[in-house]
Amino acid sequence: MGTQQTSKRSGAGTQPDPMLVRPFTVRRVRRELPDTTTLELKSQADDAGMAFLPGQFNMLYTYGVGEVPISISGDLVKGEIFVHTIRVVGAVTRAIGKLKQGDTIGVRGPYGGSWPVEQAIGSDVVLVTGGIGLAPLRPVIYYLLANREKYGRLVLLYGARTPEEILFRRDLEKWRSRFDLDIQLTVDRATGSWRGNVGVVTTLIERAAFDPQHSTAMVCGPEIMMRFTALELEKQGIQHDRMYISMERNMKCGVGLCGHCQIGSSFVCRDGPIYRLDKMWSVFTRREL
Amino acid sequence: MTEITFPDKDVVVLERKNFQSLLDALSDSGYELLGPTVRDSAIVYERIHAVDELPVGWVDVCEPGKYRLVKDKKKTLFGYTIGSQSWRRFLHPPTNKLWEATRDGNGFKVIQPEPDQVKRALIGVRSCELAALAIHDKIFSQGQYIDNSYRERRRNLFVVAVNCVRPGGTCFCASMKTGPKATSGFDLALTEMYVSNRHYFIVEPGSKAGKKLVDKLPVKQPKESEIKAAQKELNRAAAGMTRTIDSEHIGKLLNKKFDDPHWETIAERCLTCGNCTMVCPTCFCTNMEDSSDLTGQHAERQRKWDSCFTMDYSYIHGGSIRSSVTSRYRQWMMHKLVYWQEQFGMLGCVGCGRCITWCPVGIDITEEARQLTVTE
Repeated sequence: MGTQQTSKRSGAGTQPDPMLVRPFTVRRVRRELPDTTTLELKSQADDAGMAFLPGQFNMLYTYGVGEVPISISGDLVKGEIFVHTIRVVGAVTRAIGKLKQGDTIGVRGPYGGSWPVEQAIGSDVVLVTGGIGLAPLRPVIYYLLANREKYGRLVLLYGARTPEEILFRRDLEKWRSRFDLDIQLTVDRATGSWRGNVGVVTTLIERAAFDPQHSTAMVCGPEIMMRFTALELEKQGIQHDRMYISMERNMKCGVGLCGHCQIGSSFVCRDGPIYRLDKMWSVFTRREL
Repeated sequence: MTEITFPDKDVVVLERKNFQSLLDALSDSGYELLGPTVRDSAIVYERIHAVDELPVGWVDVCEPGKYRLVKDKKKTLFGYTIGSQSWRRFLHPPTNKLWEATRDGNGFKVIQPEPDQVKRALIGVRSCELAALAIHDKIFSQGQYIDNSYRERRRNLFVVAVNCVRPGGTCFCASMKTGPKATSGFDLALTEMYVSNRHYFIVEPGSKAGKKLVDKLPVKQPKESEIKAAQKELNRAAAGMTRTIDSEHIGKLLNKKFDDPHWETIAERCLTCGNCTMVCPTCFCTNMEDSSDLTGQHAERQRKWDSCFTMDYSYIHGGSIRSSVTSRYRQWMMHKLVYWQEQFGMLGCVGCGRCITWCPVGIDITEEARQLTVTE
């Protein structure tokens, strides 16, 4: 964590200013859910600095309103654009939700670290997520499927509040039809013609098919959900050092200079947001850390 | 404690009557002078031009929750111990425009402000403040990401340190190993001497630029007795500090105390006003403020000092992570004395004592650290 000294003092003059916003054009808008949209963003300058790792985020700025950190939800193979999926929760995300094709949005990033797609090679992979948490994991799914032969069994356990709030429905259907990715869905509240599982996502874990001795788990959701997921995965036999979680904190700068996102000695923006569970377990045991 | 000494060579003596020549030499080299002066009954660091703007004959009295300036018979220039605010506002300003944007058709254009290339000379930097400067250097210009605005301002700095011969009432630099004598990070280090009505400065260059400046000054070689007298004063200052933090072990000891009930006791007094974070020379947290003008043609982002004592600081949708006073005081103190060490390989406290002096209820970090670590 924080050990890579990429910029020596002498050569740092050429480094782009991490505080500076780059204007991007909204190339496409897709309404996923009533409060959730996916944007495709293309740089108005060159396409340099568009490479990203699954799990990384960008700081997205709407003119005059403000800036928020949003995970990249797109495919890294199609690296010439940034894809972000945003749920409206506050003033800035509301403004982002109103953007139309052709509008300009400010981008800083990509920042933060990666889900352990490399470390997971050779093992089963269990993805557990809920709600909008599927968005930061979608690049992982793209990556795993593009490199399918390198992994054992792939399991995606996903929970939504209601069937109507299931995100990326089209992707889920497409992935399901492949038969090499085991997808289990559950909802908190069944509506309409839902005949699937009802209950929290942790109830899916016991029945999922994976080898706990040779599995890597990646979990993305609210802290309470990640905590109970970790307990359940542990019960199944996955060690803490094979589980990864994604932390969320107030972020202002995105590069470890403003202080806001600290958890203990870690800057979530720079050292996270993806953590191996054993390195972040204290967040579940220490109140108001 | 190791004996404080001066290096064998390059040290010279500057008489008080020639002190203006030091300021003039710096001004002539294109430096804007920033130094201590008296405003609103406090020592503040501001733009100065002449020696008589310094706090001549003023001494500060610092106690937990109390600060007074009193007149001293000696007409010292640096008889006070420390400015009420630190130097960080000149390198990492309380409000700093990061960029502006203007409407451009359907979108906007981002304009980066010109880098701040003002050459600044800081006059009267204390040894603890040099340590704080080194900490900010590490954070802002030696990490994975560089803060360009800090680096630009830092690049053009000339530092005139003044060693402390009078420890303040809330100081504990000796135990933090950051003072009272400056050992690195300065261009010139002065020791102000006032012996049997003779008023002079021992001047120690700490850089090439410092040596070059000394060549322009009416200085003379020091007598052995003058060096000895200064060493004696500095050693007396080091020994005179009553407050201490066990800087070698505090991180390890405090790290075990996250759940200690004593945090609640501190929280009963703490007002979460954030004064300690505003006067602290190492605090670096900032907030970003985006705004636009009424026409919507112009927008900008300001970076402003922030404090971990506010509720907003840890706010994410749904609420603040640290909503209790206990958790916010604990975050501040554990950051300084535990997490900082893991983040930057050094403690985040330099022992300047400002947080003690300017705490309206007089919470004393050294006393609280002692209370928390008195038992294993």
